[in-house]
Amino acid sequence: MSILVIAEHDNATLNASTLPTVAAAKTLGGDIHVLVAGSGAAAVAEQASKLDGVAKVLHTDDAAYEHALAENMAALVAKVGADYSHILAPATFFGKNFMPRAAALLDKQPLSDVTAIEAEDTFVRPTYAGNAFKTVQLGDTPKMMTIRTTAFDPVATEGGSAAIENTESAGETGLTGFVGRELSKSERPDLATASVVVSGGRALGSGENFEKLIEPLADKLGAAIGASRAAVDAGYVPNDYQVGQTGKIVAPNLYIAIGISGAIQHLAGMKDSKVIVAINKDEDAPIFQVADYGLVADLFDALPELDKALG
Amino acid sequence: MKILVPIKRVIDAYVTVRVKADQTGVETANVKMSMNPFCEIAVEEAVRLKEAGKAGEVVVVSAGPELCKETLRNALAMGADRAIHVLSDDELQPLAIAKLLKAVVDKEEPQIVMLGKQAIDGDHNQTGQMLGGLLGWAQATFASKIDVEADSATVTREIDGGLETLKIKLPAIITADLRLNEPRFTSLPNIMKAKQKPCDTFTPDDLGVSIEQRYKTLKVSDPPARKPGVKVGSVEELVDKLRNEAKVI
Ligand SMILES: Cc1cc2nc3c(=O)[nH]c(=O)nc-3n(C[C@H](O)[C@H](O)[C@H](O)COP(=O)(O)OP(=O)(O)OC[C@H]3O[C@@H](n4cnc5c(N)ncnc54)[C@H](O)[C@@H]3O)c2cc1C
Repeated sequence: MSILVIAEHDNATLNASTLPTVAAAKTLGGDIHVLVAGSGAAAVAEQASKLDGVAKVLHTDDAAYEHALAENMAALVAKVGADYSHILAPATFFGKNFMPRAAALLDKQPLSDVTAIEAEDTFVRPTYAGNAFKTVQLGDTPKMMTIRTTAFDPVATEGGSAAIENTESAGETGLTGFVGRELSKSERPDLATASVVVSGGRALGSGENFEKLIEPLADKLGAAIGASRAAVDAGYVPNDYQVGQTGKIVAPNLYIAIGISGAIQHLAGMKDSKVIVAINKDEDAPIFQVADYGLVADLFDALPELDKALG
Repeated sequence: MKILVPIKRVIDAYVTVRVKADQTGVETANVKMSMNPFCEIAVEEAVRLKEAGKAGEVVVVSAGPELCKETLRNALAMGADRAIHVLSDDELQPLAIAKLLKAVVDKEEPQIVMLGKQAIDGDHNQTGQMLGGLLGWAQATFASKIDVEADSATVTREIDGGLETLKIKLPAIITADLRLNEPRFTSLPNIMKAKQKPCDTFTPDDLGVSIEQRYKTLKVSDPPARKPGVKVGSVEELVDKLRNEAKVI
């Protein structure tokens, strides 16, 4: 049995989402190979070779992979991965984009968002916004899947010394051209991996209030900032702040939900946080059902107080 | 230009879904069903492209039991021109659905297949990408803005770090994210009109597609429960608990 893990990266640095994906591969117990497809991404291949538990790094260097376009990535994964027992990628927007396409090229049914591995062919995954967990037995080989990164503890980034092998490109499909990216810039920790997340909802009322009330709190706690869909839709914060069924899945040590009602679609993205705090003026808000500590208060009073209390 | 929009009937987004006591699935008896919200956004986008003169015909397709016809009629009431029902009472997994859709695409030859990015029941987020792979077409998933030109489309996508813009060659697959548009409400006259619009029915056999299942569901269980929390009386108490009890700050 050997397992292929597809690395997520930006051609310079290995994305943290790769670490729990390798951890998931380790629970399967076979040789683990990591595919680094990029353009000028030798440093990433180097980083991948040091990951704990990795036996070999396959490095494909081609301009076709610079932006991880799904058509090119899927063609490569289908070509390189066909003889593996399992192919894993992180269940981020990166992995979700190409993995199903690669699976279709190999005539396989993939699994999305796997949260537990019970046997070599038996996996658990959430459905209905996390309201029902399905245990499924997958017949296809290779077994292709994306891994929910919050469900597995990341492997160490040091200790391994895997060989790096160059692997031939599958070429440019020419179907899609990259135009540009508009990435949110922030000095704060990455939302997906931060140990503290402060999230704001519709009740904040404006982008200015996010700046005035949420940002200082996040700075004091060394936290990433998240938001509900309502806050994103209203334009208070960018789309990549959205936590939930269709946004990011987070599981920090501390999640503070401020002025968020706790709709099932929001809970789907943060319910696995270790400690949940909710501040909401409605004592019946559903968010209190998952909160370890609930404070019924007007956020416009509570946040300045909290800021003071934290010193 | 023809646009094909595959749609799915699902348990309504605002219903609290309950796992059956025997762990074979979720309760569906007497539960409100609706068009998957992401599919609704896809239908809306296609109809808007038609209204803007960029698309000629909007065809909707749904695979599943007889009741899917209701969902198709909803889409017709939103402004789609014609419906195709792939009738099947079997469990259809995403690969099988993608294969059924490929057969429909081969018949209909649309320039764009517009889908929702995921269905809120299975939460797979796979069908569009798989169809793209089977057809060998360009794909732009998680779209929040679409500009259609004669033989290409410029699509802005929601990704992990922000937004990405791609130019895809047509024919292509596009999957809709939440912020692409706000679907319209259907009016009574349009619902009446929709009843006159054509709906063809095929079976997977008619389309020559095998819908073999690739995974078996062993059980369906409740999510892990959280232990009940407490309400705190003040900001000071909250900070004290976080520092000294939970030890997270
Ligand atoms: C298909 C689909 C997918 C979705 N995906 C997501 C997703 O990924 N993520 C997500 O978050 N949502 C998602 N949603 C939306 C979700 O259903 C809710 O509409 C949304 O989460 C609500 O955001 P909110 O809690 O900020 O706003 P509201 O529900 O309006 O809640 C605002 C809360 O603020 C409280 N409040 C008001 N004023 C104050 C004050 N001064 N002080 C303190 N509290 C105050 C109110 O009591 C209320 O509880 C999705 C919906 C659908 C249909």
